[in-house]
Amino acid sequence: MLKHRVIPILLLRNGGLVKTFKFADPKYVGDPINAIRIFNEKEVDELVVLDILASKEKREPNYDLIEQFAGECFMPLAYGGGITSVDQARRLFSIGVEKVSIQTSALADQDIVTDIASRYGNQSVIVAIDIKKNRFGQYKLLSSATGKMLDQDWKEFLKTAVAAGAGEILINAVDRDGTMNGMDLPLIELAVSACSVPLIAAGGVGSLTDIKAGVKAGASAIAAGAFFVYYGPHRAVLITYPKYQELIELLET
Amino acid sequence: MLVIINYGLGNLASVLNMVRKVGGNASVSSDPNEILSATKLILPGVGSFDYGVSQLHSLGLISVIQEMASKGTPTLGLCLGMQLLAKRSEEGQLDGLGFIDAEIRRFSFNSNSTFHIPHVGWNHVSVVKENPLIPNDGSEQRFYFTHSYHAVCSNEADVLAMTEYGYPFCSAYSRDNIFGVQFHPEKSHRFGKALIKRFLEL
Repeated sequence: MLKHRVIPILLLRNGGLVKTFKFADPKYVGDPINAIRIFNEKEVDELVVLDILASKEKREPNYDLIEQFAGECFMPLAYGGGITSVDQARRLFSIGVEKVSIQTSALADQDIVTDIASRYGNQSVIVAIDIKKNRFGQYKLLSSATGKMLDQDWKEFLKTAVAAGAGEILINAVDRDGTMNGMDLPLIELAVSACSVPLIAAGGVGSLTDIKAGVKAGASAIAAGAFFVYYGPHRAVLITYPKYQELIELLET
Repeated sequence: MLVIINYGLGNLASVLNMVRKVGGNASVSSDPNEILSATKLILPGVGSFDYGVSQLHSLGLISVIQEMASKGTPTLGLCLGMQLLAKRSEEGQLDGLGFIDAEIRRFSFNSNSTFHIPHVGWNHVSVVKENPLIPNDGSEQRFYFTHSYHAVCSNEADVLAMTEYGYPFCSAYSRDNIFGVQFHPEKSHRFGKALIKRFLEL
């Protein structure tokens, strides 16, 4: 039986590693290469690296840096941020990235998802969907590059992304980002019900119990940032990852 | 020299990286002459079956790989590279390399199944025959998978390992000097390191 994946998400900003709070207030948490080496030693299931400025600044991925990351990763590596063409995806795959995560370009046109999937397979494309509640408490699609909430129905967008060829969906509850207050379980349940491919859920993980709850809500994988880079009530920077046996006991029993 | 065959598909850097990590070396090449002088071959690959076959054709590599395989050169296919060693695939119309009498089929589940396609993640591999790549001693063998299609062997003797995803499927096969694994040893931590190291030592 397949084990659920538990995936650290690392946020890149100007070459450094940061952690955000509700997608704002990025705090520097260290050198990405060093962090990746530690995660590799801890045998993490998979790693997601997102450059949170690339699309905002309409910039291509920093290939040299990503190539160094890939050289340290003996587990699958997904990269997102600033990808606007199949050729950029090809270049990322050629330097050792397994999956590309697309948001901004897919919001404009899902053709890029189809083009990458038809060339490199569905498993190589993740579509990242950020969801924020509006003032009426309704879930809304957020464009992380512009910070704007969109009118488009988020579940329809998710379905069109899967139909376009996304092999996985990464759904992030923006209001929970960095809070470590628990995942948005109703959101995960809604997303799972609309999603025919594996769903990676992120946002709000502060404990192993939160990971278990996310899995119970139907996610195939749980991703987290703060939980893996902060330690203790004062949020000291310390990279941690549960032992394999701990995850087995947590998720498979 | 080990040659990692570059046919425009697959994460060549990851495979080379892993080979180096375990103390080996390799060249990455699509040059028929270089491949013909290889001591071992790795055929990586991520993508669709027909695209893979047509890439091998357009580079003139089909007959080259067949010649090397028939000479007894240890050859390891990874993921799509494994599938290309088979005769055919449901995913496409073109013939595979045909070293293993197997057909590649898409995962098939009931509509009410909770199993998603693609099969993505870490899963256990149960070795079913003695082989030089994965210990058949009951030790934990855990690898990273990401695929929508899997092999169905005509000869049971070719099956090297099985994995369970909705139902048991063939996750590794071998015949003489030909080996194929559906998972990604280059992305499977110490389990993958051990496999690649054993392949280098063949």
